[in-house]
Amino acid sequence: MANDVVVDKGRRRFLTATTAVVGGAGAVMAAIPFVKSWEPSAQAKAAGAPVLADISKIEPGQKVTFAWRGLPVFVVNRTEAQLAALPAEDSRLKDPNSDNTDQQPDYAKNEHRSIKPEWLVLVGICTHLGCVPDFFGEIKPEPFDPNWKGGFYCPCHKSRFDIAGRVFDGVPAPSNLAVPAYHFVDDAHILIGVNPGEKA
Amino acid sequence: MAGVFANLGNWFNERAPGLAPFYSKHMSAYFAPKNFNFWYYFGVLASVVLVNQILTGIFLAMFYKPSAADAFASVEYIMRDVEWGWLIRYMHSTGASLFFVVVYLHMFRGLLYGSFKKPRELVWLIGMLIFLVLMAEAFMGYVLPWGNMSFWGAKVIISLFGAVPVIGDALVTWIMGDYLPADATLNRFFALHVVALPLVLLLLVALHIFALHEVGSNNPDGVEIKKGPKGNRWSATAPADGIPFHPYYTVHDLFGIGFFLLIAAFIIFFAPTFGGWFLEHDNFIPANNLATPEHIKPVWYFTPFYAMLRMIPAKLPGVIVMFLGIAFLFLMPWLDRGRVRSIRYRGLGYKIALGLFAVSFIMLGAVGAGVSAETIPVWFGADADVTTIENLFGRFWTLVYFAFFAFVWIYTHFGLEKTKPVPERVTTHD
Repeated sequence: MANDVVVDKGRRRFLTATTAVVGGAGAVMAAIPFVKSWEPSAQAKAAGAPVLADISKIEPGQKVTFAWRGLPVFVVNRTEAQLAALPAEDSRLKDPNSDNTDQQPDYAKNEHRSIKPEWLVLVGICTHLGCVPDFFGEIKPEPFDPNWKGGFYCPCHKSRFDIAGRVFDGVPAPSNLAVPAYHFVDDAHILIGVNPGEKA
Repeated sequence: MAGVFANLGNWFNERAPGLAPFYSKHMSAYFAPKNFNFWYYFGVLASVVLVNQILTGIFLAMFYKPSAADAFASVEYIMRDVEWGWLIRYMHSTGASLFFVVVYLHMFRGLLYGSFKKPRELVWLIGMLIFLVLMAEAFMGYVLPWGNMSFWGAKVIISLFGAVPVIGDALVTWIMGDYLPADATLNRFFALHVVALPLVLLLLVALHIFALHEVGSNNPDGVEIKKGPKGNRWSATAPADGIPFHPYYTVHDLFGIGFFLLIAAFIIFFAPTFGGWFLEHDNFIPANNLATPEHIKPVWYFTPFYAMLRMIPAKLPGVIVMFLGIAFLFLMPWLDRGRVRSIRYRGLGYKIALGLFAVSFIMLGAVGAGVSAETIPVWFGADADVTTIENLFGRFWTLVYFAFFAFVWIYTHFGLEKTKPVPERVTTHD
């Protein structure tokens, strides 16, 4: 008797395909909560709030590190000599004009990569693999560079950055150190994490 | 009494008729070539280490606390206060390194005797997947103590995903669940390390063994015993050059296991950190997101691949080259077109190439571990330009590493290999 049954193959294919599509869509939908659960939690996002940094005690030539979103943010009070050495470095750099717009806000796309020339504000995370570069502020020959004009040197993979956080050519780091959003609240304070004119 | 056991046996056979054939297929009637040598210990040793990792891992999970605030202290608690906790932890940490020792030797055995070649491609591919999962498992395990090297190692490895175009940064944040490796990262790595990846690993190991038992083991002569004469003491249809895995190789392997445990015990009791190679000094300092260790380097088993990453002066290409270093191994069954399996009968070219490949792996390991950076001033004087010399050295060996794959393909594809005649049967048959 089973032999007499005519199988409607078109109908069978249609049912198989629609079941597979609906089931697949359901599986994708069901995966969303699991995938989204890995995003930073509300708690982690709240901890990423802006940081008010007191810069009144930072002497010329000195670097102070503030923590913002768990990232080290370098604030350097640059000397005249350090600033004067900047243009001469251009030929040794990968991106001397800060053309990579991901690495700084528009207001820091200039020779000194900052709002006020002497005050450098940088995320102290090497753009290669996220180590914290060391500050070598003095203009003097260093073991890793005889023509050193001050800047940052990453101990992990030997990437070098000048005193404006611009990356040297021929090192593993692909781009300049990032400048975070920040603005001057007054002459002695900067708010890290908020652009000028923006509300915290 | 004997009747009771016979009845019990029958009782099971009636209800689970597949069990007895399953046992004989994989043990008493699995005919392995009789000429296995030293290199054939490492598969079973890997299984022994896997069991050790699971057992000691379960007990560590009873005392460890997967939170950024408590993790480091809970590991110290295991080391100082939990009775025998130090032994369980050192068995686990030493086991991790020894896992890679035996797995690397096991893989090298495959290259020596052509065990990846037809018909064992699937065995090799599943084995390579095991290697990948094992690397993920080891990396996440290293993060758990939340020492400073855990933290910075995690940061460096996770930021590799930042090299992915367009979605890179979002992907990194997603993996970490924060803007830096944090409590959320540690907690999810714990879940993956103790539940998800071990399940995958066990499944893959089972598949690896089943796939092997379908095609049968290779041997140091690379002779296909299934194609040779039939009939041995145990079966008229089994390969003449095969002997039952149980009891012959189980007993043989027990001897190797005993020897291996002797070495493992020596390390566990007398040199558990192995001079900073198995447990790095910087990992005895709690995680600090504002202070990078002076030299960030992974544990020794990742250093060859890490060196490739470092030697390429740009991020995305560096990551690609590092992954290619593993991807090419996956492709070995298709890159190597040579018909002769064992190095005993292969051309001189393959012997030299494989030797250089092994040397390049060790040299890259030395570069990645920072050994070359320490040695260069000794050899070239204190004023030597360490970066330039190290780059030259590291790039040379990276080139040798990849040249192996290119050479093997050209050598075999264009028929340049002059092989020796392969014997009909394994050379030590009676």
